[in-house]
Amino acid sequence: MNLLTHTPALIIAIPLLAAFLIPFIGRINKKTTGIFTTFALGISLILTILLTVKILSVGPQVFVFGAKSPALTLPSGLKFPIRIMFQIDAMSIFMGLITAVISFVGAIYSLTFMEQHSGLDKYYSLLLLLTVGIFGMEFTGDIFNFFVFLEIASIAAVALISFRGVNLGEPAEAGFKYMVVSSIAALIVLFVAGIFYGQYDLLNFAALASVIKYSQLDKIALGLLVPVLAMKAGAVPMHMWTPDAYSEAPAPITIILVAASQASLYALFRVTFSLYNITLNTLAVGWIIIIFGLLSMFIGVTMAIIQRDIKRLIAYNAISQTGYMFLGVGVGLAVLANPVALSKYGITAMEGGIFHIINHAMYEGLLFLTAGALFFRTGTRDLDKMGGLAHSMKYTTIFFIIGAAAISGLPPFNGFASKLLIYESVYRFNPLLSIIAMLVSILTLASFVKVFHSAFLGPKLPKFKEVREVPRSMVWAMVVLSCITIFFGLFPDLIVKNLVHPAVMALIEQFKYTGTVLGGI
Amino acid sequence: MIDNFPYIAVIIFIGLGIYTLMFKKNLIKIAIGIVLIENGANLFLITLGYRKGAVAPIYTHAPFEQSMVLPTPQALTLTSIVIGIATTALILSVAMMIYKHYGTLDVDKVRRLRG
Amino acid sequence: MLGLLETGSGFWSAIIWVIAVLVIGGIVYYIRNKGEKSYKKNTEQDKPFISGNPELSKEGSHISASHIFWGFTEALKDYYTPLVKTHTGNINDYASWIVILMVIILIIVGVNG
Repeated sequence: MNLLTHTPALIIAIPLLAAFLIPFIGRINKKTTGIFTTFALGISLILTILLTVKILSVGPQVFVFGAKSPALTLPSGLKFPIRIMFQIDAMSIFMGLITAVISFVGAIYSLTFMEQHSGLDKYYSLLLLLTVGIFGMEFTGDIFNFFVFLEIASIAAVALISFRGVNLGEPAEAGFKYMVVSSIAALIVLFVAGIFYGQYDLLNFAALASVIKYSQLDKIALGLLVPVLAMKAGAVPMHMWTPDAYSEAPAPITIILVAASQASLYALFRVTFSLYNITLNTLAVGWIIIIFGLLSMFIGVTMAIIQRDIKRLIAYNAISQTGYMFLGVGVGLAVLANPVALSKYGITAMEGGIFHIINHAMYEGLLFLTAGALFFRTGTRDLDKMGGLAHSMKYTTIFFIIGAAAISGLPPFNGFASKLLIYESVYRFNPLLSIIAMLVSILTLASFVKVFHSAFLGPKLPKFKEVREVPRSMVWAMVVLSCITIFFGLFPDLIVKNLVHPAVMALIEQFKYTGTVLGGI
Repeated sequence: MIDNFPYIAVIIFIGLGIYTLMFKKNLIKIAIGIVLIENGANLFLITLGYRKGAVAPIYTHAPFEQSMVLPTPQALTLTSIVIGIATTALILSVAMMIYKHYGTLDVDKVRRLRG
Repeated sequence: MLGLLETGSGFWSAIIWVIAVLVIGGIVYYIRNKGEKSYKKNTEQDKPFISGNPELSKEGSHISASHIFWGFTEALKDYYTPLVKTHTGNINDYASWIVILMVIILIIVGVNG
């Protein structure tokens, strides 16, 4: 049995098995649950990297569940696929890489962050289930399987957001709001799966993409799917659950929730690019996504400047950065039917938007982890009560400076590289959009200068006299994300040429997506 | 016209569910609204598989030369019902936690996270 | 080796930027070192100049977070007050926004195709 052909299933199966074993391990010894989780997620990370190397060198991979061999997509005598399959091309493995790194870092950070809490075996089990859900959303090849993994991720996320709700009231309220929003989104996705099944008798993305006719029912399906997936990704004006959920969850869970929102963003791109492609009116739908992007950028950052809670401020900035991704890929979608404009600036805009996804996961994760470090030592998230913490927490200060410079788009960090790609290509589409994007970048820097001044600068306050540096596992988690931020900033061309450009071409070229499953590529 | 009655029932279910989410103030009623939307989606899936004059899709002792309804939507609906149980249980327990800490189930008062 | 990122209308290289910052920083440091080195410690030459006003304690003059950017938020009050009032925190409003957006996008996609 060649292990490498079963990698797509193993990436999901190993954390799932670990999630079910942890309650048993927790009865024997409480401390080993965290180490076991880190071990399982580390194996997933190694397998994801191996699968990335294989996909970038060989081509898209398909894994069919329940067939005689994993690549047997069409059963004998039939012309359409009937089994559940994972279809992984360059864009899916790009998102999978982000999820693997972020969940591994989150597990390392949780080793000491959650040490004082009880019920830790449930926490680690739910963390593994959340990771399984996000991986499944990114790897799956049909729409009902996407619904199942979306619900797995939502249920695990709600339980984790309300984890501290045993003693406090606010996490329970945030968990309730997240559950209502997730349920609406998932049930609308189920409804759309029903619409597709009733029309074409198919549930597979690639098979649907080859027979779709853009009838009136398909227009209804698109019109239902775009706002709902944008809501799960955190687009304005449906963004109000984001600051509540991100601020009340424990810090390592927040960074995995960011990865979950980006998985919904990936699903939106997969539906518009690979399922419909040029059968839809790309200019209209592209402008809808661009308007989502503009509203998210501007309203996100202006709401961030007036916040008092540090994690709410970073969460509003996360909404604003998601607007950049909408803007870049929306411009690419708007010119999809126009091959001259596509090759001149459309592909660069999409490269900028998709490169921004991985950059955002890295520096936003770093910022949330530093906010968690501040909460761990001072016990409060209110910026009015903090001050002068740079004297005692030197490492946290340096990581915060790196994260804040990266999110504001200052060279030489990775935020500048992806924002430059977005600015220069969107300018050629419409100059006003690029100017608004640059203005939002300046306001982002303003909001983080506010946090830096009130939390870190200033004289040492007497009530924080015993505050020391955070424990070592938290520092190591932040070191990993900082190193990735600096590396992506110094050598952006390596990432763009090897990871981002194949992902963009995989989205644009629909025939490769259908050809992998239906044969004849 | 009578053949389309299940689809009209689906629209009524989902419409009532969305109305409950938008206008009702009690947290438990909002949870019931989500259950209504989920019931509408499940009914939609089951109705899609129906074929006129067909029997249940079981091969054992099946009548000879009789068409069957589609079995795939039945599998999809079973999965969805199970997921719905987990969702309902979780949202009701979170509502219980909110009641323990806030003392009320009114949406206008459970609003500490705003701005 | 240089890490050149090709955008459509130019290029960006972070390594060249870092080398440029180090070179220019070195020149600035060299010119600064040529300045006057002698001053009397612990006299008036050491303290910050605040035009003769009494010097507050360091703890008393730290501006807390709600008061930073006061000028910005006060000038844009017409924009901020309706915006903050829209973020009610009420779950019914979250559902209303998604329904309104679904209707708008269904109309746009249905008409425009």
